[in-house]
Amino acid sequence: MRLNESVTISAPPELVWDQITDASSYLHFMSGVTRWEVEGSERRLDLGSRVRMLIRVGSAEVGGLIEIVECQPERELAWSSVMGVDQRGRWRLRETGDGRTRVELRFAYGVAGSGIPGWIAELVASPSLGSSLRKSLHQLKRQVEHERLRTEAARRRAEREPAEI
Amino acid sequence: MADPATVADRARSNGGGAAELNGHGGLRRRLAPLAAVAGAGRPFARVGRRLLAAAQDAATEVTGAAASRVGQRLRADLDDRDPDWLRERLPLLWLLATIWFRGEVRNLGNIPEKGAVLLVGNHSGGNVTPDTFIFTLAFSTYFGIERKFHQLAHNLVVTLPVSGALVRRGGTVAASHENARRALEAGAALLVYPGGDWEVHRPTWESAKVDFGGRRGFIRLALDQDVPIVPVVSIGGQETALFLSRGDRLARALRLDRLLRLKVLPVSVVVPWGLNVGDFLGHVPLPAKITTEVLPPIDLREQFGAEPDPDEVYETITEQMQETLDALDAERRFPLIG
Repeated sequence: MRLNESVTISAPPELVWDQITDASSYLHFMSGVTRWEVEGSERRLDLGSRVRMLIRVGSAEVGGLIEIVECQPERELAWSSVMGVDQRGRWRLRETGDGRTRVELRFAYGVAGSGIPGWIAELVASPSLGSSLRKSLHQLKRQVEHERLRTEAARRRAEREPAEI
Repeated sequence: MADPATVADRARSNGGGAAELNGHGGLRRRLAPLAAVAGAGRPFARVGRRLLAAAQDAATEVTGAAASRVGQRLRADLDDRDPDWLRERLPLLWLLATIWFRGEVRNLGNIPEKGAVLLVGNHSGGNVTPDTFIFTLAFSTYFGIERKFHQLAHNLVVTLPVSGALVRRGGTVAASHENARRALEAGAALLVYPGGDWEVHRPTWESAKVDFGGRRGFIRLALDQDVPIVPVVSIGGQETALFLSRGDRLARALRLDRLLRLKVLPVSVVVPWGLNVGDFLGHVPLPAKITTEVLPPIDLREQFGAEPDPDEVYETITEQMQETLDALDAERRFPLIG
């Protein structure tokens, strides 16, 4: 099963990229995610980074070990499962030209070899997972836009302060 | 599911089970009076003795072969657990747990991330135990099917021809101290239900009661293997049917405890059988909400000293589990719905 959600964020791609590669921010903006632990001491997600993640779906926390398999700064960040439920995901960032960024989150999941029950389970899980992805994107949007306002306010303050002195 | 030491003790006290089948001594003892009768009639004595010897040999051969097969299943082969098979069954388990039982397992993070651990649960649901498979699903998705996880079950469960093979692939092994020891030595997480058949067939109105029946074998096991105990408390299983009585007096009156090692002969009202005695064929569980809570791990020697008193440990653990079960019960507003 493949899910696809998108949102337009009023911020440049570099700010969005900062958020989605910050390993510590996922527990804040990813809805339903109960575990997000990067192997090793890295704080930034990069090609080859491995993360142990879980997301609550119905009666279980599902996930496993994932690895970042593609990393094009400020454009694409993709992962694939190493252990646990089969999953692939991708962040696609595209500048819209007016200082905003269109963010697309793709997520594909399933259990190979599980037959008809697996197919039914994927269908049953999709509304809940789709809702989690939508919430996650809106939380990301809020977080990034808030961060942009904070940065701009700090810049304006810094510009004013020398004049006041 | 059952407590390892008590099952082994029961088998010994009943003079029986697999040990008796393996030795064939019990069969000869039971046939001895027949031999005496056969020998009493002088004219037929020689013929009778020959027939009896032939019958004994045939019976020994048959029971020996059966015992050998049963014995193989009772002695856990931990390799019977098939992680790939289990992985492919997870979606089906997830569907049942999510849609039918609205299962919820809380605080799995309390289970140590690595190494052997003894999970001690209260047991509910008669011969169909939804709390076990919901917990198995939750454990397997949380830690990954790569982590070894076994459950102890009554001999009957693992020796049945079809379902026995399935549960063994899922990691279930026959309840015995030896099997429990081997699983823990292999570094597995092991789920035991000390209350076993006594607790699982308690009346529905005792749903919120932890009742291990005084069985303390799990404490000795944890101490011998030096592994932490993690209590696992579930509610809802006893609402999946109307359990009326354990029928323990009925089982004693019919001598089932001696003949079949059955301490209980439960009486319940179930779908689809209606009034159900024994629950031997299982039943369709009602869609009761199952909630499970995992408590923090207990290191017995750290908490109770170098030589912990089993009675004190037993009281502490069962009291802690009872308090949790009371809290889970208080959360429930309606039967079945949760």
